[in-house]
Amino acid sequence: MRYSGLKVIKEALTGHKGWRPTWRDPEPKKSYDVVIIGGGGHGLATAYYLAKNHGITNVAVIEKGWIGGGNVGRNTTIIRSNYLLDGNEPFYELSLQLWEGLEQDFNYNAMVSQRGILNLVHTDAQRDAARRRGNAMILNGSDAELLDTDGVRAMYPFLNFNDARFPIKGGLLHRRGGTVRHDAVAWGYARGADLRGVDIIQNCEVTGFKIENGKCLGVETTKGFIGANKVASCVAGSSSRVMEKAGMRLPIESHVLQAFVSEGLKPVLDGVITFGAGHFYCSQSDKGGLVFGGDLDMYNSYAQRGNLPVVEDVMEGGMALIPALGRVRMLRSWGGIMDMSMDGSPFIDKTHIDGLYFNGGWCYGGFKATPASGWCYAHLLATDTPHKVATAYRLDRFRRGCMIDEKGQGAQPNLH
Amino acid sequence: MIINHPILGPRDFQEFTYLGDASLIDRPDWQADNAADQFHDYLYLRDNPAGEHRELWFHEQGDRSWLVVTRNTVTHEILNVELARDVARARGRSK
Repeated sequence: MRYSGLKVIKEALTGHKGWRPTWRDPEPKKSYDVVIIGGGGHGLATAYYLAKNHGITNVAVIEKGWIGGGNVGRNTTIIRSNYLLDGNEPFYELSLQLWEGLEQDFNYNAMVSQRGILNLVHTDAQRDAARRRGNAMILNGSDAELLDTDGVRAMYPFLNFNDARFPIKGGLLHRRGGTVRHDAVAWGYARGADLRGVDIIQNCEVTGFKIENGKCLGVETTKGFIGANKVASCVAGSSSRVMEKAGMRLPIESHVLQAFVSEGLKPVLDGVITFGAGHFYCSQSDKGGLVFGGDLDMYNSYAQRGNLPVVEDVMEGGMALIPALGRVRMLRSWGGIMDMSMDGSPFIDKTHIDGLYFNGGWCYGGFKATPASGWCYAHLLATDTPHKVATAYRLDRFRRGCMIDEKGQGAQPNLH
Repeated sequence: MIINHPILGPRDFQEFTYLGDASLIDRPDWQADNAADQFHDYLYLRDNPAGEHRELWFHEQGDRSWLVVTRNTVTHEILNVELARDVARARGRSK
């Protein structure tokens, strides 16, 4: 499906009856060069960059439901490059740079909006940590500004600056961060991949792998066996369930993370704010709803819904930071299933099985990583070597003692 | 979720903190030849099932006992609650 200004006018005059599906709906072929399991943001981006950067177009993306129906449709749409550690920040900086050129690249309106992210600080120790993080970001080519209280007040005068327990002492401002229209990311990548010949096969669940003599030969699916030179799992949230079929145990637990949207309001919040003293962050969507979230529910879960104590905790955080929220009605809440890895960082790696590759463990940071994840996974699949910004994302890093623990909290996934 | 504590009866799960898979009770033998491998698997790898999951909960805001809760990770239904002490002893752990 291609678009043009002329077509928009023509369709407007003829009742919008000429629009066709944006991508084909093919039956699977007998075999492909690469089969990507999972039609979410990362899987579709991987297919897109395999075709575009590496010329590998004999590719299928197989998805058990509909594309974009998982976490790429269940997040809070924030993009940022404000990580601390060397294993992470170059990767997320590449991702943000790809976001900056994404709409021109795949010629689809993803509403990338670099409206700025402000991480508030409330104590001297937090200011020190923010300064250190800001320096690490700048060293890796990202941007950061440390604001004092007046600097924050000039941006957001309605915040609760004089809270007795958590006064706002400043913030780390990352101006290139922002938000994106999340569904359009999946659709844009799907359209771009489809136009280059990638087969997107929906309602096709993987039921097993065909592995002989340590080599993966393809996948068994609800639409029959599909052969592949390379099979690439990309199903964060369900990674353990899929890789179990290949006999693998992963350094991952699945946890539920909730998010919320308020009723539509006039524009009040033009950036993204995170509370430094509680689990609360907030932005305002272009439709007017406040989009906010908080912490994990903290127990293993595959249910795409959480429990009320976390709802209460998030609302309390919101009220502590923005008292004016008290008159706002919450419209919707939902939960997404996170691959929580043991150190809070992801994996893009080969497995010990020849021809089987793994991408997952994105914790609650998968959305912002979508372009770089696809870019680096495609690089790995095409060249069998890790991309230079993703060399740390190895499955064996715990065995080697090379954790990427942003928060220094140890091997307990619900702390990350 | 309501956790039916074997001693205290039904308690709100907010009184508890969560540790994770109850296999953490089975600490490997540190003197085994492959102890490093065993501890890697013990500390970092998880079954992470969708469905019944045996897991450790700590009654931090209560009697500070450790419980083994069998819970369905798809429905959040709690199926069984045992004292972790009893589970460990049944597996021949220290008196």
